[in-house]
Amino acid sequence: MVADIGFGSLIITLIVSIYGIGAAVTGEVEKKKAYILSAQQAMRLVFPLLTISIISLLYLMVSDQFEVAYVSEVSSRSMPVYLKVTALWGGQAGSLLFWSWLLAGFTSAVTLRKWDRDQDLIPWVIAVSLATLAFFIVLNVFFENPFNRIWQTPGGFVTAFSRPSGGIQIFPSDGSGLNALLRHPGMIIHPPMQYLGFVSFTIPYAFAMASLIKGRTDDRWIRITRPWTLWAWLFLSMGLILGARWAYDVLGWGGYWGWDPVEIAALMPWLSGTAYLHAVLIQEKRGMFKQLTMVLIILTHNLVMIGTFLTRTGFLSSVHSFAQSTIGPIFLAFIALTLISSLGLLIYRWNTLKSRQEMTSFFSKEALIIIAVVLLLGMLVTSFWGVMFPKISELVTGQKVTVGPPFYERVAAPILGGLLIIMVICPLAVWSYASFKHLGRLLWKPFIVSLAGIALPLYAGMTLWPAVIAFWLVAFVMAVNANEFIRRTRIRRKDQKESWWSAFIKVFKRNRRAYSAMIIHIGVVMMALGIIGIEFFQSETQGTIPEGGSLNLASYTMVFEKLDVFDTPDARNVARAVVTVNKDGKVIDELNPRRDFYYDSGQPMTIPGVRSTLVDDFYVILVDWKVVSAEGATFKVYHNPLVKWLWIGAWVFILGVVVATWPDKKTKLVPANSRISVRT
Amino acid sequence: MEELQPIEALPRSGNKIKFVIGGVIIVAAIVYLIASSLSANVQYFLTVEETLEKQLVGELAGRNIRVSGAVLGDSIEYNMDTLDLKFTIAHVPADNNLLEQEGGLAGALHNAVIDSQRSHLDVIYNGPVPDLLQNEAQAIITGEVLDNGTIMADEILLKCPTKYEGSVPDQIELEG
Repeated sequence: MVADIGFGSLIITLIVSIYGIGAAVTGEVEKKKAYILSAQQAMRLVFPLLTISIISLLYLMVSDQFEVAYVSEVSSRSMPVYLKVTALWGGQAGSLLFWSWLLAGFTSAVTLRKWDRDQDLIPWVIAVSLATLAFFIVLNVFFENPFNRIWQTPGGFVTAFSRPSGGIQIFPSDGSGLNALLRHPGMIIHPPMQYLGFVSFTIPYAFAMASLIKGRTDDRWIRITRPWTLWAWLFLSMGLILGARWAYDVLGWGGYWGWDPVEIAALMPWLSGTAYLHAVLIQEKRGMFKQLTMVLIILTHNLVMIGTFLTRTGFLSSVHSFAQSTIGPIFLAFIALTLISSLGLLIYRWNTLKSRQEMTSFFSKEALIIIAVVLLLGMLVTSFWGVMFPKISELVTGQKVTVGPPFYERVAAPILGGLLIIMVICPLAVWSYASFKHLGRLLWKPFIVSLAGIALPLYAGMTLWPAVIAFWLVAFVMAVNANEFIRRTRIRRKDQKESWWSAFIKVFKRNRRAYSAMIIHIGVVMMALGIIGIEFFQSETQGTIPEGGSLNLASYTMVFEKLDVFDTPDARNVARAVVTVNKDGKVIDELNPRRDFYYDSGQPMTIPGVRSTLVDDFYVILVDWKVVSAEGATFKVYHNPLVKWLWIGAWVFILGVVVATWPDKKTKLVPANSRISVRT
Repeated sequence: MEELQPIEALPRSGNKIKFVIGGVIIVAAIVYLIASSLSANVQYFLTVEETLEKQLVGELAGRNIRVSGAVLGDSIEYNMDTLDLKFTIAHVPADNNLLEQEGGLAGALHNAVIDSQRSHLDVIYNGPVPDLLQNEAQAIITGEVLDNGTIMADEILLKCPTKYEGSVPDQIELEG
């Protein structure tokens, strides 16, 4: 019954979406306002309609209706309610529905904005976003229906929505439960953030396409979609960061990023999206590179699709990938269609997007930003090539090969270095006419301060030169940005005779965009510090020790105190060790690495015990144990220097994006020529 | 002070070339970086049969490879004191059509384990036992093949297909 409501609502949404596309295009072609208004109403409806589907599926999950195939796949009676809810996106069909629902939320929200002088864009924004939505609903309706039931037929078990001939419906008493690795609070927030990031790029893309179709060459579409893009970027960034954190907390290999194809698939749109956000700055300030921004937004949207395709169709295998699925061909066709039509449009409008402005100096802000964009795209090409090369090699030579993390790391390290150098110079560079001399004048003071970034690690006995350079760059970026904050505040304080604090706040408010960028970059640099720490200086040891025995790593001693094994009410068997962390003969912390065994899914999960400080993380994994014996237990221990800065930096980064995204209270429409340029 | 830069005369001709060259240098550097890193880090991804064939003709000497196969549950041996892990994997075809014939990955893994005619490869590893190491799991081993025909693993990735394939649960009860 509830499944019928959910599926029915899904089909109605599909019909409404297709109607909306038709009405919008007809209204535009035949110049009939009423049609367009009707299309707008249709677009407003998709979200409430899909909400009914989502609530239906949630109800089925929470009330343990295992006759629905999807529920029995990803849920089980013993799971706590929050996991039953999150299991919504724990499998292919449900996550596609969740995806459509989020997308519907965004498309419906777009209709709520004031359109005033952008009337001409409406029909095409509607058509493009509803077409994307309709595609995802088609996947759900025809290929991956989350409301399918289980039937026994003469030919075996079948899942279908309605009774196949000779089918008897099956009512399993319990489900197989969510994959043990997904049973973590991270499951509540990481996938939704990731999906939000993916789907929300649809909106800027739709506006870009509408703008191309209408032949508007101004940057109006960029201004309209700026908040959308920033939110999309924020969600995508948070998705990546939370995923990394989850991996660090749960997967128990002491790492945070494994260059798994699905991680790469999520990273690619982030890279192109980041490149887009930066290229946009040049278009806004200088009217240059309009073609580039178009290419980048098309790329970003399509990379979301391609990433989804790669990981959901069994094309690539990875820890994240879903089951082999039949959605491959239609997915590929849709990607080809969007890519060809958007690139076709872009080529058609190519000449109108040309700019009369020219680059004038290597040290101008626009030149530096372009270099950053090229570096980001270089990383993108690397990622894409690393994922695709095995497939291409197999096609061409018939030989299966793989490309492992060392490939990505070797390319990523110099590119990250290059980006850090640009982050040093860029805040000081000016638009269009800049000279090296001028830059040098601003750089020397922070440069001297940054030398501490070399001195400190050298003093601490660090000999790895890439790490020393990296530390220096980190210090340099920090010094430049801090210097800028102080300098501008001081000027304002002198001019206006204000206190330091009020001058700081006022300067900040005046240049919120510039300052939020600085906060974001400081966050990135802190993250770089954490990455350098764990990549260059991670050490590990392992051993089997009796109770009272100890293991040494770095300057720490770990003592194994005892081990408890017990069952929990939510059907886990837990083995929990108590270990103390000692330094200089003193106990400084107690950790509880443990292993949970899930009876329903038959899978164990390892949860490390971590002592985390600003200097280093002491990370203990309980590997194995003998219940009643003197042999004790086996532990694997990692020492991860500085890794906490990765997470702190991530929070600073997110704070920066939120500051940038925070809506302005003041007027909405500022004519382009009366903007106050950022004082540098 | 620095917003009052003297406006230089607009440099027009010849200027573009400077940026084209600069751009080409950066792009070339990135391409070189990608190409050189790739050639240094590509690994063969082989089935058990291919591994044994290549090993016989000495093609794998000193190379890091990846092998995929089905874990034989009975073969798993673990020494808790030394953390030495030993197990055997059986050949599973890599070709998707062959996999389909065997009823998908889960079926292929099952067949590989019960069929004693399949070629086998011994794996040795030092370290903790991976959580998912169990009978009929798919193992993807990264490591070097030794002269005696066993593979010394650096890394073991495991997958239990029933959790990923969305198959109908085992504990189904018929009603009505």
